[in-house]
Amino acid sequence: MENPSIVVDNISRSYGPVKALEQVSFEVPKGELFGFIGPDGAGKTTLFRILATLLLPDTGTATVEGLDVVKDFRKIRKLLGYMPGKFSLYMDLSVEENLSFYATIFGTTIRENYDLIKDIYRQIEPFKTRRAGKLSGGMKQKLALCCALIHKPAVLFLDEPTTGVDAVSRMEFWEMLRRLKESNITIMVSTPYMDEASLCDRVALIQDGKIMKISKPEEIVAGFRHQILAVRSGRFFELLTDLHGFPGIHSVNAFGQAAHVTFDKGVLPVEALRKHLVAARHEDVMIEEINPTIEDCFMELMNTEN
Amino acid sequence: MKRFTGFVIKEFYHIFRDYRTLLILFGMPAVQLLLFGYVVTNEIKDARIAIYDASKDEVTRKISEKVLSSGYFILEKNLKNYAEIGPTFREGKTKLVLVFGSNFAEKLQREGKADIQILGDASDPNTANILVNYASGIISNYLISVNIEKVPMRIIPEVRMQYNPGLKGVFMFVPGIMAMLLMLISALMTSLSITREKELGTMELLLVSPLRPIQIIIGKVIPYVLLAFIDSCIILGMGNFVFGVPIQGNLILLLFECLLYITMALSLGILISSITSSQQIAMTISLMALMLPTILLSGFIFPVENMPVILQVLCHAMPPKYFITIIKDIMLKGNGVSFIWKETLVMMSFTVIFILISIKKFKVRLA
Repeated sequence: MENPSIVVDNISRSYGPVKALEQVSFEVPKGELFGFIGPDGAGKTTLFRILATLLLPDTGTATVEGLDVVKDFRKIRKLLGYMPGKFSLYMDLSVEENLSFYATIFGTTIRENYDLIKDIYRQIEPFKTRRAGKLSGGMKQKLALCCALIHKPAVLFLDEPTTGVDAVSRMEFWEMLRRLKESNITIMVSTPYMDEASLCDRVALIQDGKIMKISKPEEIVAGFRHQILAVRSGRFFELLTDLHGFPGIHSVNAFGQAAHVTFDKGVLPVEALRKHLVAARHEDVMIEEINPTIEDCFMELMNTEN
Repeated sequence: MKRFTGFVIKEFYHIFRDYRTLLILFGMPAVQLLLFGYVVTNEIKDARIAIYDASKDEVTRKISEKVLSSGYFILEKNLKNYAEIGPTFREGKTKLVLVFGSNFAEKLQREGKADIQILGDASDPNTANILVNYASGIISNYLISVNIEKVPMRIIPEVRMQYNPGLKGVFMFVPGIMAMLLMLISALMTSLSITREKELGTMELLLVSPLRPIQIIIGKVIPYVLLAFIDSCIILGMGNFVFGVPIQGNLILLLFECLLYITMALSLGILISSITSSQQIAMTISLMALMLPTILLSGFIFPVENMPVILQVLCHAMPPKYFITIIKDIMLKGNGVSFIWKETLVMMSFTVIFILISIKKFKVRLA
């Protein structure tokens, strides 16, 4: 088997008393689209910065393409494409100037690697004389991705590339990432949006600096040991408290407009639950059985960790 | 090398797209020089005076005429008695009052001396001092010219103000403004442009790029070296053509010293930016730590020799002081390298020290 593209071994890093990462270990094979899912402050950015050679770990080692992130940082910097959390674009430079600047400092030209970025760049090319500061969030994101790709990196680190971008652009962006996989680039991407997890080859669920689980998205969902009912009612706030009073419930979590109630496997007490809620004077009660999502798994893992 | 030029070109884009900065860069030297040259001046013209003449004879009238025709004074009013002096000063317009004693000509004839009093409004001590000196100078000149045959022996000192015969303030301001502006442009602008990248997050990408720290630093500095150099030429040119400040010494040497000073200021700017992370802090440090000392402690306005010892020691740690000494020497006295090599050496050492610290402090990583 080929050597893995990214190897992280027991990395810890703290900022003063705050532990950002605690003994994190994982491997990413070449050409994989690897996702880091976790809420803000889980330690995703710290991990990305360590792998991009911008931060030193307190303990542990990590290699990218076989190169040590501490000792061989100069060599790694030639190999990686990095898109930091904030889009690192020069707002007073035009789209084309931004791109050609990043091409130049990495010792290449737009023309040379045009093939790699053309699917993405074509969408923003009509605006190439526009200043980056005047672009929409989605276009900025595409430009930043082009800039990170322009030197044909072997590994691509994307730190929350879809944060602050509209839903349509987010979907388009993930399609692009899937297409990039064909160029055999290893892609590590982080996101706070659970729904994006299913688009990765494998995901790591991370919380408070610790990795809770690493698996294929479908396996994570398949490993969910409970059954879920989605419950809606006219009075959402009271609904959550009233649900807690129902016997045999495993957990209750709010998911947008619905409450997800988990039960141990067996018969789902749909009718009993409905009666319980009507007795508590709830109107328009809707109950349906649903399949677990990554977010349900994440909540479940979080509850057991705590 | 191509990477590096690409980086420098990007820096120029930043500068030329930010028209406000450009305006400051090229407008400020001209405006400041004109302000200092025309407005802030120690020379006095058309000061308003009042005269209380108690004798009103031929001699007092002659003296009054002399004083008023000198170009320095304009008669605000004639006073009728001594008591009017107080209210006149209080009105504020009159800066000087001339009082002739009674029987002036007669006394002068008979006793060889007469009473004349010059009162200055010392609420502005510098102006009062200068006005009083002008007035007494005019009066004694007159008396000498009248009594020329009566006085058997006399010593008339012939005063000449070497290097600045007209005692023009602008001779002092041109070097001062150069020191101040070049410091401002170089240190402030570079420190701002580096911290801006840190704030925007683009520094993260520059760091992970194959660009070396030294390339990033030099790339940031080059555009400002050029701009600051153009600025120093503007100041020198305006000083010379508009205000007639001479350039007695070697022009090449002068420009070289300017370049050295610019480099020194730039390395200071890099030093500031390498120890700060936000534009706000960089700006505050640049302004507080650079502007005020440059103005107050460099000998630009206040002579270093008159300061308390502690401040004098501090002055010697201020790079602008050496630069001002150097350009005054070259421009006004026409001195060559043999006179200013010490100061030049001091500036070079400052530069080297700043650069060494910055390189040591520059982080190849975040935090």
